Amino acid sequence: MIIRGEDIIIKTISRVLVPFIQLYALYVIMHGHYSPGGGFQGGVILGASMVLLFITHGYAEVNRKFSENIAVLFSSIGVLIYSGIGFLCLLLLGNYLDYSKLYKILSVDPAHARSLGILGVEIGVGFAVMAVMFSIFFDISTGGVSPDDEEEAE
Amino acid sequence: MKFLSLIVTIITGAFLIYGTFDMPEWGDPNSPASRHVSPRYIEKTEIETATPNMVTSVLADYRGYDTLGETTVIFTAGASCILLLRRRKKKG
Repeated sequence: MIIRGEDIIIKTISRVLVPFIQLYALYVIMHGHYSPGGGFQGGVILGASMVLLFITHGYAEVNRKFSENIAVLFSSIGVLIYSGIGFLCLLLLGNYLDYSKLYKILSVDPAHARSLGILGVEIGVGFAVMAVMFSIFFDISTGGVSPDDEEEAE
Repeated sequence: MKFLSLIVTIITGAFLIYGTFDMPEWGDPNSPASRHVSPRYIEKTEIETATPNMVTSVLADYRGYDTLGETTVIFTAGASCILLLRRRKKKG
């Protein structure tokens, strides 16, 4: 496992590429209503950008920006957004995940409320997929033991 | 015994292949699956959900409960990966 990236060419190229990959991922999530894509695909692209950062810049830098614990938190938040929107519909006297009832708080007609509900759900899915992709990569590449702990043991 | 299981496999496979002859043609508009719910989605998606992409509206709206399950499956995969692999020392 790479703890600290050294190669300046690889680091620079990935530093240039990662923002564009993340922008594309957000585009895939947000544009799921009109083109192929959505939460799952966009989340995977977002996770892939984090994995690229991990491979090129190493554990130390990525852990400072986006640690494993935050990844766990994000995956829970993603599922929470999804089920939370479902419960919100329940509170607005609709069925579970019946987004058309969201028009009461969004001040749009029910059809557009459903469209926005789909968008919210896709964002939740994107969060969860991105965080889980990254968390699994983190755990497998470090073998579950963070290098900080290993240094202490030595 | 191995020969017997081979025969059983071949007979079962032959029955399954015979069963596929009754399936509708690929993309047949008159097949039962295309006559029941598909036209409903094709006609009403734009009106009901204001989403031009039918796949998205079926995935996240009409079959939203299923997608919630899928997301939970992914979350469970991540959680079990953490449970199996991560060994963290207690701080302090």
